[in-house]
Amino acid sequence: MTALVELADVSKFYGNVKALEGVSLEVHAGEITCVLGDNGAGKSTLIKIIAGLHQHDAGTFTIDGEETRLVNPRDALDRGIATVYQDLAVVPLMPVWRNFFLGSEPTLGRGPFRRLDVRTMRETTRSELLRMGIDLRDVDQPIGTLSGGERQCVAIARAVYFGAKVLVLDEPTAALGVKQSGVVLKYVAAARDAGLGVVLITHNPHHAYLVGDRFVLLKRGAMAGSHARSEISLEELTRQMAGGSELEQLSHELAREAPGEFPGGHRPG
Amino acid sequence: MSPAGTGASTTLADAASGDERLLRRSPLHRLMGRPELGSVVGAVAVFVFFACVAEPFLRASSLSTVLYASSTIGIMAVPVALLMIGGEFDLSAGVMVVSSALISSMFSYQMTANTWVGVGVSLLVTLAIGFFNGFLLTRTKLPSFIITLGTFFMLTGLNLGFTKLISGTVSTKTIADMEGFDSARAVFASHLTLGGVDIQITILWWLVLVAVATWILLRTRVGNWIFAVGGGDDAARAVGVPVVKTKIGLYMGVALAAWISGQHLLFSYDAIQSGDGVGNEFLYIIAAVVGGCLMTGGYGSAIGSAVGAFIFGMTSKGIVYAQWNPDWFKFFLGAMLLLATLLNAWVRKRAEEKA
Repeated sequence: MTALVELADVSKFYGNVKALEGVSLEVHAGEITCVLGDNGAGKSTLIKIIAGLHQHDAGTFTIDGEETRLVNPRDALDRGIATVYQDLAVVPLMPVWRNFFLGSEPTLGRGPFRRLDVRTMRETTRSELLRMGIDLRDVDQPIGTLSGGERQCVAIARAVYFGAKVLVLDEPTAALGVKQSGVVLKYVAAARDAGLGVVLITHNPHHAYLVGDRFVLLKRGAMAGSHARSEISLEELTRQMAGGSELEQLSHELAREAPGEFPGGHRPG
Repeated sequence: MSPAGTGASTTLADAASGDERLLRRSPLHRLMGRPELGSVVGAVAVFVFFACVAEPFLRASSLSTVLYASSTIGIMAVPVALLMIGGEFDLSAGVMVVSSALISSMFSYQMTANTWVGVGVSLLVTLAIGFFNGFLLTRTKLPSFIITLGTFFMLTGLNLGFTKLISGTVSTKTIADMEGFDSARAVFASHLTLGGVDIQITILWWLVLVAVATWILLRTRVGNWIFAVGGGDDAARAVGVPVVKTKIGLYMGVALAAWISGQHLLFSYDAIQSGDGVGNEFLYIIAAVVGGCLMTGGYGSAIGSAVGAFIFGMTSKGIVYAQWNPDWFKFFLGAMLLLATLLNAWVRKRAEEKA
């Protein structure tokens, strides 16, 4: 089966800074590919290349088996790649229904009488959100008044409704509590079950392991590992993600400092 | 594609009851949420105030004077409000009106052409100035305050410089005896009588602009984009909104209204003082802000700007009818701006709490 999206050996430079070097990943329909990395690992750069905001400088970017170079976000959307950013790409002061259709508004009539199909926009927003299990009292309320989890779900529902084949999610659970994270992950899984290919960017290996089929680890702009789910355990993933031996070193140091562990032990003074 | 298919029937039942909740709460809540509410309250207060202290204020002829004063600001306040909703300023709007009038007048006079030719050339040049503002803004990504402050001074200098160079004085020569003057005057500076009340044609221009702008804002894709580029232009760009085109279009909208205002100026006085227009840009901004536009963009309305302009008209003429010294006018204008902004902020906060 050809991958929906495939990156092979992709690099990106900002001047003389290597933001990303030799990264490869595959996204298949009905699968979730997780990209894990700490802050500054190159996750944002990777997402911007897939979303069409930046162009890669080396390597190949293949969509549906066809090598390509995206010009802008619109181009990516037209090719079926929808990105849900950390800031969710919603305009807080605008009503939910206007946000839902922003940039792809349905219209009625022609020429100077071409107008928004407001009824369809409102009703579709309402029903699509209901399908996600969100019952909004009022689709006219500014989207800024929704909770973080709800906004995330609106953004996912929007991407699904507009026929995305590939859904790119940038840290969807980063700013959420435990319960809301669970809700969002449920919708990520629902999108996968609907046949979408999902790229989930996160620095939380526990969230990634709950839903992921493939795991790509980034470290300082380079690829630190790429595993299928069957090849790796959560413990191993967490260990690699946190820097492996660095973490062991850290836990060793912290353990020595912890009070009570070694009563009256090695404390200086 | 049906994610989260489970529980759909129960949520649908919830939706029906949700709708009923909506109907009970909606009207008041909707009204409270309107951006122009604060300005309407303010307008009623100003109206009642002057109706009490200035006896001639309630006459029909006074109303037409007030409406005329409102329309001269209101025509410009409409696109300035749209621009503010789109998150930008235009400090060059005041002098652009005079530039537009000067171009029209001097082109017709120097080329001894039909005045309509001058009007047409003026339209093209004014739109080009608007395009220049928008293009520079989107290219350089500098704040619009700086860009348009620059064009404000450049236009002020050009107005004076060119007029002196060509006419030898600071005002243009009269073009009242030129071909096409009468028909152009009929379009830009005539007045008609409706039920014994004198109606200046600028009032019609104003109402048409408000109606068109409201249509664009609330019922077209472009309107959606204007709110979006003002409320979060990164988000707008990310979902495929043509941010650059929208912003340039907004500046060209200001230019279009500046052209209408400029032609009105020219054909009602037939000679133009090249130093005029300085400071008017703030009146347009005040009208837009009093009308509920948020300084930071993403929120506001065209109707609000009309109400703001009407408050301006009532105050400027009401002071005359009350036989007060008009020197105090600017004080009232400033106080009004502060009060209206505070009122708007308070109303919006209440509206959001109810939501």
